[in-house]
Amino acid sequence: MSGSDVTREGVQGARPGRDAPTGARAGRRRRRRGRGEQPMVPDAQFSSYYGKPVLNKPTWKPLDIAGYLYLGGLAGAASLLAAGAHATGRPDLARVAKLGAAGAITVSLGALVHDLGRPARFVNMLRVFKPTSPMNMGSWLLSGYAPLTMAAAAADVAGRYRLVGAGATAGAAVLGPAVATYTAVLLSDTAVPSWHEGYRELPFVFAGSGASAAAGLALASVPAAQAGPARRMAVLGAALEMGLFQLMKRRMGMLAEPFERGRPHTLLRAAEVLTAGGAALAALSGRRRERGLAVAAGVALMSGSAALRFGVFHAGVDSAEDPKYTVVPQRERLEARAG
Amino acid sequence: MTEANTTAARGSGGDPPPPSENLLYGPQPNVAQAAGYTDVPPRMGFFTDTSVCIGCKACEVACKEWNSVPEDGLEFTGMSYDNTQGLGADTWRHVAFIEQRKPLGGQEPGVGHEGFDVFEAARSLGTSPASPGPGATAPSPQAAPAGAPAGEISPVSPDGRTELRWLMASDVCKHCTHAACLDVCPTGALFRTEFGTVVVQEDVCNGCGYCVPACPYGVIDQRKEDGRVWKCTLCYDRLGVGMEPACAKACPTDSIQFGPLEELRERAAARVAQLHAAGVTDARLYGESPEDGVGGDGAFFLLLDEPEVYGLPPDPQVTTRDLPAMWKHAAMAAVSLAALGVASFVRRPR
Repeated sequence: MSGSDVTREGVQGARPGRDAPTGARAGRRRRRRGRGEQPMVPDAQFSSYYGKPVLNKPTWKPLDIAGYLYLGGLAGAASLLAAGAHATGRPDLARVAKLGAAGAITVSLGALVHDLGRPARFVNMLRVFKPTSPMNMGSWLLSGYAPLTMAAAAADVAGRYRLVGAGATAGAAVLGPAVATYTAVLLSDTAVPSWHEGYRELPFVFAGSGASAAAGLALASVPAAQAGPARRMAVLGAALEMGLFQLMKRRMGMLAEPFERGRPHTLLRAAEVLTAGGAALAALSGRRRERGLAVAAGVALMSGSAALRFGVFHAGVDSAEDPKYTVVPQRERLEARAG
Repeated sequence: MTEANTTAARGSGGDPPPPSENLLYGPQPNVAQAAGYTDVPPRMGFFTDTSVCIGCKACEVACKEWNSVPEDGLEFTGMSYDNTQGLGADTWRHVAFIEQRKPLGGQEPGVGHEGFDVFEAARSLGTSPASPGPGATAPSPQAAPAGAPAGEISPVSPDGRTELRWLMASDVCKHCTHAACLDVCPTGALFRTEFGTVVVQEDVCNGCGYCVPACPYGVIDQRKEDGRVWKCTLCYDRLGVGMEPACAKACPTDSIQFGPLEELRERAAARVAQLHAAGVTDARLYGESPEDGVGGDGAFFLLLDEPEVYGLPPDPQVTTRDLPAMWKHAAMAAVSLAALGVASFVRRPR
């Protein structure tokens, strides 16, 4: 006999713990993975359908989309460095930043097309102009921004068409900050609880993360004499990223939990250490002028920024997979409205 | 709802209400006209009355048959009679199955039938007031059975067993008034039909997957082997020729009712009142109110427990409600980043 029977003498053949729970008991599903922080408050009681998620989780491939979030941020901020270096006569910094922006955005476009279910139809993205779709706006933005970065890089490498190169560099610097921050809207404009709820601070976190990544690239590959702006950008970017991320988590309440558990926790802890350490090394490399110090700072900053994007990505997916994060905040909202 | 009625409803309709200014959230009395249609038929939808659902899954089968939806996994979940588990690219109707330790209204639990001779009872049919004659229907739910505690049902039977109830509910795409999937679709593959429903154009969809996490109900999903996203079309092809959707057509108990949304809302309100009068105080409507977070659902439900018990979100919000604020914050962040860039190049005064 594989199941239990309810008879007049009671339940026969029941195997404790094998009943599929519904209702309030089903919500107490706990996954203990990794070394997450112990919650300070007991889990909220809630009902669910056999503990199944309410939402369908994102189908995006982590390497493609989190990778794009990282490279897009790096490119956008690098365009700012490129324009600044171009204007202030720092040719090495300008070249690295221009090539970095063009390279990062090219790889990004590849990743975005690769993530599509029907890559051959990528051009359908430009079929409409639709401000309610951050992905549509992003496609238009990238179709303006990517050619500018490529033109700027090409003119710099060729050493010709200086006027076109200057114009493209300036244009890319105007669009760059939007490229670096709109990706936060891309994530927040979903029903994924831990992405949506962070919509106020997430663009600032991504702006800071993009700045520290671009600064890291410059620090790792530009002589110290020209890397002054990159060092300042590293410190400012790291401060913006880490400060606003803490603020975001504090304001999100329970929906900050997915950032503190499992794989996202590991990634975000690594991001914290790498970004803070990278910024400190960057500041130090300004005084000590040692090549190795600057390279270490650059590598730490770039990997810290990448770890942050992957951490935020996975935390959102985790929050969509657990019905708790969908049901409990909505229940609280209903109760608050009722009185 | 018969097919003749559908055609009639399309033909008549009267003056449609003017569309409201609410483009991203809030009540929208004329969703098709707001989407740009002129001369629109009434908005069509589903009212799924789960109190009469028997869990037969004819809707799931009919939907798959009509729409050529591929197999969605021959799995045995072991959790309940529900092996379909949830809506997705290859499941456009899903019958939820819930077993609870709670009696339904009108039930008479814990009554033994050992000493009851059915043949004797049959011989005396129609001869006493306690035994109605042939052709009589079951007593109305209002009449409490003899011996039952007045006004309520005892939760526990004499032998100490807790009574069970089975909840069955056929879930489907809600065809929201403010549909997040449609709002975020970057290609325009998702569109609003003249019936006020939301449909994917499969020849346009490039499988970006943005609609999947945007849906607050977890309805639409990507078909892996195909790359594109799929969901209920409310049988757009059938509606176009005045037929009702396959699931509603196949439903043997009329749990799935199809028709003009206004009419369904009236019918649903009457049904809730009827159930409340019969002592089923759990009965409530879900997704019916145009005041809710998605401006009301085109497919709404009568439920017998909280929505989350059925795997539905208790207070869904269309994510694009906050989109203007999101763009504002992103613009401020972009300006901050530009300022940060400038600050990086400004020399500190010595």
